Amino acid sequence: MYLQVNGASTYCYTGGKPFDAAKPTVVFLHGVINDHSVWILQSRYLAHHGWNVLAVDLPGHCKSEGEAPASVEDAANFVAALLDAAGVQKAALVGHSWGSLIALESAARLKERVSHLVLVGTAYPMKVSPALIEASLNEPEKALTMVNVFSRSTLAAPPSALGPGTWVYGSSMALGRRVLRSNAKVNVFHRGFVACDRYAGGEAAIAQITCPVLFVLGGLDQMTNPKAAQPLVQAARAAGKAVSIATLPVGHHQMTETPDATLFAIRDFLNR
Amino acid sequence: MSGYADPGFDTLALHAGAAPDPTTGARAVPIHLTTSFVFESSDHAAALFNLERAGHVYSRISNPTNAVFEQRMAALEGGIGAIATASGQAALHLAVATLMGAGSHIVASTALYGGSQNLLHYTMRRFGIETTFVKPGDIDGWRAAVRPNTKLFFGETVGNPGLDVLDIPTVSQIAHEAGAPLLVDSTLTTPYLVKPFELGADIVYHSATKFLSGHGTVIGGVVVDAGSFDWEKSGKFPELTEAYEGFHNMVFSEESTVGAFLLRARREGLRDFGACMSPHSAWLILQGIETLSLRMDRHMGNTEKVVQFLASHPLVGRVGHPLLESHPSHALAEKLLRFGARGAGSVFSFDIKGSRAQGKAFIEALKIFSHLANVGDCRSLVIHPASTTHFRMSDEALAAGGIGPGTIRLSIGLEDADDLIDDLKRALKAAEKAGA
Repeated sequence: MYLQVNGASTYCYTGGKPFDAAKPTVVFLHGVINDHSVWILQSRYLAHHGWNVLAVDLPGHCKSEGEAPASVEDAANFVAALLDAAGVQKAALVGHSWGSLIALESAARLKERVSHLVLVGTAYPMKVSPALIEASLNEPEKALTMVNVFSRSTLAAPPSALGPGTWVYGSSMALGRRVLRSNAKVNVFHRGFVACDRYAGGEAAIAQITCPVLFVLGGLDQMTNPKAAQPLVQAARAAGKAVSIATLPVGHHQMTETPDATLFAIRDFLNR
Repeated sequence: MSGYADPGFDTLALHAGAAPDPTTGARAVPIHLTTSFVFESSDHAAALFNLERAGHVYSRISNPTNAVFEQRMAALEGGIGAIATASGQAALHLAVATLMGAGSHIVASTALYGGSQNLLHYTMRRFGIETTFVKPGDIDGWRAAVRPNTKLFFGETVGNPGLDVLDIPTVSQIAHEAGAPLLVDSTLTTPYLVKPFELGADIVYHSATKFLSGHGTVIGGVVVDAGSFDWEKSGKFPELTEAYEGFHNMVFSEESTVGAFLLRARREGLRDFGACMSPHSAWLILQGIETLSLRMDRHMGNTEKVVQFLASHPLVGRVGHPLLESHPSHALAEKLLRFGARGAGSVFSFDIKGSRAQGKAFIEALKIFSHLANVGDCRSLVIHPASTTHFRMSDEALAAGGIGPGTIRLSIGLEDADDLIDDLKRALKAAEKAGA
């Protein structure tokens, strides 16, 4: 469905079920050069198991209009406006990669309005190599290849987003190209990476959240190595937060290379 | 960068889609000869049927052995996924039937396999889908054939029977300007000789019966999606962009930004038309794919030698292979195919200077070449259209189709090239005697 958020038409995939304000809501936030469709299996399942789902295309990405967020903080402002536009008082936030930082910053700002926080494939700081940032701007196809090579953990993924016969690597390459093409004004690839690289509010944000947090990490993740999530994990524990960790045998394509394990980790955490 | 995370063609041909079996440790791909798959629970069953979870339900829709073949082909073509079908013809039908219904229009190359031409010109027309045929090199013709209801462009990488190379970059651009995808039959080239997606094609299919399986043992097909065509932007494909009552009111383009075509093709096309592949067939084709590059290199090498021999033989007129500079597609083959004109494959025709009787005598004198109606076998094959597939046609009608009374089609196999040339030399002598 489409919502008007900050005056811009914003697409939210609702998992094949109509939005119902009476149900608990979970918001899915995608990463750099992705869109809502990376969550398709997890979001569709939850939509048919008691949850309202808003799997959003971030502003300036694919079906959503508006200015693409230039920082994690800008994107967090968008999430707050999204909840207001949907009439949602309280929601769980699930984010992948860049989306995990957006979810984290949003949870810190929205406090009790966030019931659960799920950080998939996260790291803090989420530094991006200068070579990758430069390539995302000047050689996006090369950068897209680098990202997907670093993200892949298997040549034989189980049935995935398109069912059996899905070639996850190719799907991710095609999606990246489509997302890049969807915004003629801004290179959302480069802008997203710069936003990840510059975000400096992670430790402060995790100290301010008021909900339990789940880390879903890829044991084979070369984009956001599980060790790189430890500063956030430790900061959360130091601040007395309820922390859960699920480490899956996968790289950075958690939702498509281990769709069931990722779903179960999120589902079980949300249903606590 | 090369390595496990970014493997090359041959590594993908051996490993894409397959891992050692987690239950038995079997290294080769197991053949899952089962119709159906046990659900873990009622909730699991419901989630599979509703595409909330991915997995296998019934082997008409998907099967683990077929899924290995599908992933492997998607990997080799550079696509997002694939669907195995009962034959190459089933793959073409699946693509057409998924994208359109009565009232739709296709622009297709004239240089097509006869079965494809039949499907489009006769059978699909009966179901209200019209096709305009255009010579593959007639770029203005492709553009002029577009109608408001045009929903597909279609051609072969190297067309049948003359090996006309399709100018995929140009034709795909015209198709995209018309809001239509370009579907390409890459059977004769395989992903080893050309990657149609890199040139601008949107969907590729193969008759896997031919070089992919490579041993003349199995019938099968596969359709691969690049995930590049924007169905919503085109506005011509409500089948993919509007709610489908026949499958949970799903809007396929919302479910998957890049995979709407494959979602509908599997969930409707395989479900309803049912032209699925047997897992045993998928396994046989996988055996072939594992040695694809080795075989194609040998096919090309042998073909080059045979073409050179025929081109210098006094009883041979035209030799229809782009290896020769006189061939109309020589320059395009050099430009678009991975190995230049060598990559135009090993199926080609040539003309004996003589009568139908001489053509027949040539065929009957061959010892190594097998006289049959197939191509892409590891064994060398031959057919004489004027005395077999086109025997009812007059010489004038044959000429209109680009076929002479002495036209011979060869599919060059993997035997020793010297033996093939010796066989041809002896048969040409027999043809010469038959004309005396």
